[in-house]
Amino acid sequence: MSDKLKLSDLNSILKDLDVESLEGVTIEGDIELDIQGGGGMNPAMAYALGHEAAQISLHVANIARMLGYPVDQLFAQCLGAGGETAALQAEPAIEELMQTKFDVARSSEWNTPIQEVTLGATSADGGSRGHTITLGGEKAMPFYFDAEMPNRNYVTMDVFDMPISMAKSVKSNYEDVMGDPAEWAKKVVNEYNADMVTIHLISTDPLINDTPAKEAAKVVEDVLQAVDVPIVIGGSGNPQKDPEVLEKAAEVAEGERALLASASLNLDYERVAKAATDYGHAVLSWTQLEINAQKELNRKLMKQCNVPRDSIVMDPTTAALGYGLDYAYSNMERIRLSALMGDDELNFPMSSGTTNAWGARESWMKESPLKEDSDWGPREYRGPIWEIVTGLSLALAGNDMFMMMHPTSVQVLKEITQTLYGNIEAKTPDITNWITAEV
Amino acid sequence: MKINSPLDAYKYLPGTNCGRCGEDTCMAFASHLIDRSKSGEDCLPMVEEDKYAKKLEELEKLLAPEIKEVTIGTGEKSVTIGGDDVLFRHKLTFFNKTAYAYDVTDTMDDKELEERINTIQTFKKFYVGEFLTLDMVAVRCVSGKPETFAETVKKVIGLTELPLVLCSFDPAVLKAALEVASDKKPLMYAANQENWKEVAGLAKEYEVPVTLFAPNDLDLLKSMAKTFAEMGIEDLVLDPGTFPTGRELKTTFENFLKIRRAGIDGDGEIAYPIMAVPLTAWMAYDDDVSASYWETVVASVLTVKYGDIMIMHSIEPYALLPEMHLRDTIYTDPRKPVTVDPGVWEVGSPTADSPIIVTTNFALTYYTVESDIASNKIDCYIVVADTEGIGVEAAVAGGQLTADKIKKTLENAKFDLKEKTNYNTVILPGLSARLQGDVEDKVGSRVLIGPADSGRLPGWLEKNWPPQNK
Repeated sequence: MSDKLKLSDLNSILKDLDVESLEGVTIEGDIELDIQGGGGMNPAMAYALGHEAAQISLHVANIARMLGYPVDQLFAQCLGAGGETAALQAEPAIEELMQTKFDVARSSEWNTPIQEVTLGATSADGGSRGHTITLGGEKAMPFYFDAEMPNRNYVTMDVFDMPISMAKSVKSNYEDVMGDPAEWAKKVVNEYNADMVTIHLISTDPLINDTPAKEAAKVVEDVLQAVDVPIVIGGSGNPQKDPEVLEKAAEVAEGERALLASASLNLDYERVAKAATDYGHAVLSWTQLEINAQKELNRKLMKQCNVPRDSIVMDPTTAALGYGLDYAYSNMERIRLSALMGDDELNFPMSSGTTNAWGARESWMKESPLKEDSDWGPREYRGPIWEIVTGLSLALAGNDMFMMMHPTSVQVLKEITQTLYGNIEAKTPDITNWITAEV
Repeated sequence: MKINSPLDAYKYLPGTNCGRCGEDTCMAFASHLIDRSKSGEDCLPMVEEDKYAKKLEELEKLLAPEIKEVTIGTGEKSVTIGGDDVLFRHKLTFFNKTAYAYDVTDTMDDKELEERINTIQTFKKFYVGEFLTLDMVAVRCVSGKPETFAETVKKVIGLTELPLVLCSFDPAVLKAALEVASDKKPLMYAANQENWKEVAGLAKEYEVPVTLFAPNDLDLLKSMAKTFAEMGIEDLVLDPGTFPTGRELKTTFENFLKIRRAGIDGDGEIAYPIMAVPLTAWMAYDDDVSASYWETVVASVLTVKYGDIMIMHSIEPYALLPEMHLRDTIYTDPRKPVTVDPGVWEVGSPTADSPIIVTTNFALTYYTVESDIASNKIDCYIVVADTEGIGVEAAVAGGQLTADKIKKTLENAKFDLKEKTNYNTVILPGLSARLQGDVEDKVGSRVLIGPADSGRLPGWLEKNWPPQNK
C-alpha cells in the first residue's frame, strides 16, 4: 500500500502533531514524495518546494530527536555545519551560489618519460658548438599540467646547398644568400633566431647535379665553420645516393653530434646508422604516417644497428594543413601517448618537416584556382601563418623539433610554444570586461 | 557514454533482428550505437512499442555523450556544440566541430555592420567535395545602452540567419536584446560572479542557452554551473577566460584541458561545452596583422584542445582560411577511409583526345586534382595509382608511386593507351618528375611533366595539350 502526499500536505499533517508530547507514534506504509517538475522547475517554485521540504525535515528531525536519535550530529556530518542552522542551509539555493570545488586527477597512465637526446657538442665534449640542445624528456603530453616539461621546443631552419625554387614570400628573405650555404646559415642564426641549422645536400641527387659526396661534405664543413649552433645534415632524398652522402658528411662532422637525416625503411638504413654511431652523431628515423613502420624502423636501428637510445629522433612525417595534417597530427599524438604509456619502441623525441606547409597551395598561390572560392587575400600573409598553424598543431601532438623556412613563422611559432612552455613573461590584458574592448 | 561495448548496448535491444533499422542483426545495430553512427531512436520497435519505452529511456541515458550538447540558433543554420566522448580524436572522433563566431558591435555604423556580416556569412572555401564556411555572429554591446544594443541586434537579425551570441554583462542590456531576439535562440554571454542571479532569471524567462564566465576561477565556474543546473538551466557554455599572452595564456590552456578531462572522466557538473575568446589577442597587440596572427594562433591552440565555440575578430582571409582548415583537420572523422579506389576514372566526358593525368589514391590528393579539373570543366581521365594512401611527393620518396605501379593501374583497368587514346601520352605530377624515364620505358608511352600543383593544370593544359606531335 502506498500513500501519495503532496509536500505541503505532509507538512501540514506534521505541523499539527504536538511533537513535545509524542508517544508511541508509528509511521505506517510507504510515504512517497512526488515532486513534479524536476529540472524544469522555475526558481520561485523551487524555492517554495525547498521551503516546504526544509520545514518537513525540521518536523521529522524533531520526531527523531524525541526518539533519542542524535539528529544534530547527523546533520553536522551530512551538511558539514552546525546542527541548528544546518537544516536551513538547503533553502536559499537560488540566493547564493552552491559552493563546490573543481578537481581533476593527474594522468596515472603516463608513467614513462620520453628519451632525452642531446644534439651538438661543445669543446668540452670534443666538438666546436657554442652550446648543445636537448630534446625530449617529457613526462606528459605537451604543455600539460600533469608534469613539468623539461625541455622547450626547438626550431632548425633550412639551408640548401644550391639555389632552389621556393614560394615568393620565402625566397625574398634568402635571395642574397642563395648559393652560399655558409652565409645562408649565418643569416638564419644571426638574423632569424634559428636554434639550429639544417643543411640539405640536395644537389647530390643524381637527377639534379649529382654532386659527389665528398664535395658535398665540404659544404657541411663550411656551415660548421660559419655557425656554432648544432646542425642537422640532410641528403637529397635519393635512396641510392643518400647513404653515401651522409657517410661522408658524418665523417667531416665527427664529434659535432649532428643529426643525420635520415634513415628510412626504403634505403640502406644500416649504412646511415653506422655513419651515426661511428662518428658520434644522432640519427633521424623517418617513416611515412605509419605508427607500425615507425616501430619497425626504430627497432631495427636499436637491435640490428646498435644505435643507442639517446641517439634516435623520429620524423613520422608532416603533412601540411589541409593536405593530410589530420593524419600527421593523430599519428604523432598516438606515438607520443604510446611512448608515455611505456612503448619503448616509440619513446623518442619527434621532429617535423614543417616546411612542407609551403607545398600547400594556400600558402603560395596568388589566388584560388577555384572560381567558387571567396577571395584568398594577400599571399604574403597567408604563407607564414600556414607554416605556423601546421607546426603549432603538431607541437600540441607532441612534436619537439621543427624544421622551418619563413622567419616570421619561426618567430611566431617560438613565441607561442614557449608561452605554453611557460617561458614568456608578458603583462596580459585584463579581460574582465573584454566585451567593451576597442579592437 | 557510460558503456563502451556493443554487448552492453545489445542487452537493451529487442533482440528480434527485425532489420527495420537497416542492420541485419540487433548486435550489428548495437555496434553502431557504440560508434555513434546510429542512435536509440533508430530502433523503431523500441520507439513504437510501449513495452520497450523504459529500456529505450535507460539506453539513451547510457548512450548520452559525456559532454552535454547545446544547440544555438534555429533552423538550418543552427549550430550544435559539445557532445564529445573522448579526449583524443583517434580514440573515436570529435563530434560537433568548434563553432566560429565573429564579432560586430552596437557602435558600428550601418555600412560597417552590413559589410562585416556579409563577409561572415558568405565567406567560403571549397575543400574535399564541400565548402568550409563560418558559423555565427557575436554582437558586442559597447554602447552600454539597452535600446542601442537591441536596435543593433534587430538589424543583425535582418541581415543574417546565422545564430547569434549576445554579449553584455548588464542584465538590462541582455533583456532588451532578448526581447527582440529570443525566438532565434541566441546564446547569452554571459553570467558572471556579479550578475548571475539576474542572468539566470533571463535564461529561464526567455529559454535561451547561456554562457558562464569565470576568468581563471574553475571553482567559481563549477559553482555557477552546478547552481544553474540545479535551477533547471542546463543549456550551458563555460568560459574560463581566454588570457591572450604570457603565463596566463599557459594557464588558460591548462584550464581548457582540466575542464574537458574532468567532464570526460565523469564529473557531470562541469561537463559542458567550452568557449574560447581569442578576440582578446586584439587587447594585447596594436597593429592589425600582429593581432590577427596572434588571434589565429590562440584560436588554433584552443581549437585543437578543446574549445567548442569561439569568438574572434579578424575576418581577413589569412586568418579565416587556416582557422577553418585546422578545425576541419581536428574534427574530420579519423575512421573514414584515407584512400580512394585505384583505377582509371573519367572526369566529365573524356574522348580519345583528352589528357590522361596520373595521381595517387590518397583521398585528399585525388579530390584536389578532381575538383581542380572539374571546376574548370576539363574532360579527362585520371589514373589513380595505389600508393597506399600516400600523397605524390611522399610516395615518390617512399617508393609507393613507381612506373610499375602506374603500369599496373592501367593494366588492371584494361586501359590500353594506344587503343583508347590518340596521343599515347600520360601526364605525371610535377612532383614525380624523376619517374619520367622509367614510366616511358615501362608503360611504353610518352610522358609529359605536369605542374607541381594541380591548381595550375588548366593553364598548363592550355599550353601543353594536345601534345605537339603524335
